[in-house]
Amino acid sequence: MENFTPVSALFGGLLIGFAAVILLLFNGRIMGVTGITRGVLQPRRHDLLWRLLFLASLAVAPILYSWAMAEPISIEVTGSLPALIIGGFLVGFGACAGSGCTSGHGVCGLGRFSKRSLTVTVTFMITSIATVYVMHHLIGATP
Amino acid sequence: MIRLAAAVISGLVFGLGLAISGMVNPAKIIGFLDVAGDWDPSLAVVLAGATGVTMLTFRYILKRDQPLLDLQFHLPTRTDVDYMLVLGAGLFGIGWGIVGFCPGPVYTTLLMGRWETWVFFAAMIGGMVAFRFGSQAMISRTNARSPAE
Repeated sequence: MENFTPVSALFGGLLIGFAAVILLLFNGRIMGVTGITRGVLQPRRHDLLWRLLFLASLAVAPILYSWAMAEPISIEVTGSLPALIIGGFLVGFGACAGSGCTSGHGVCGLGRFSKRSLTVTVTFMITSIATVYVMHHLIGATP
Repeated sequence: MIRLAAAVISGLVFGLGLAISGMVNPAKIIGFLDVAGDWDPSLAVVLAGATGVTMLTFRYILKRDQPLLDLQFHLPTRTDVDYMLVLGAGLFGIGWGIVGFCPGPVYTTLLMGRWETWVFFAAMIGGMVAFRFGSQAMISRTNARSPAE
């Protein structure tokens, strides 16, 4: 467990929770990135700009953090084109079929003690752990 | 206008939380999911911190008649667990396990100048659009089979 970073994980997690509180308390919205993105893909009147601004802020935040800390943020991601395309497609398709992703179901849905969100969170944890086990220990592919 | 500011602040705090916790890095996600390898429990701590905040506060927020800047709360209304929900979550988990990106973190990496995140992002949007047209086609086929009486 040499990569375990409990302090920064807890601090970051609390911030993520507070972000969800801000959006619900002020705007009455669930902070689900899938739901917010779907609203951009099927825009309704007077319901588009806040979504675009939220998602843009999400993209800008780590850049600001990196500048403020004067250190680059490390990203290690697979360079395999098929893995990126298949993985991305499944994440997008699955998140819509399952009505949400890690933020909507995991952070907000569990906060509302939603049975659907608990079902989704447990299900994607099982299939993701199984996928990593198959890819890294059975096939031996290290993307 | 002030509602837009709330959305910006929420997005910034969310992105900051993802950056500080290291959840922007797919390798760290894989490190959590790889329970048989050199396991990194960080993601569980992140989720516990985030849900700890929402579990303690959401109930009080939702007791209000309305949010501070809107006339009503915009909440999911469904409560039933159907096969589509489980199937979707299952497929989502497979994709998450393959690359280590889920929708929130992939947005946080878009401005970092890495082509990989844009390929994943484009495929993710493609998956969302495919679901939308797929479910529309399914609905119209069901309607055609059993016309409204």
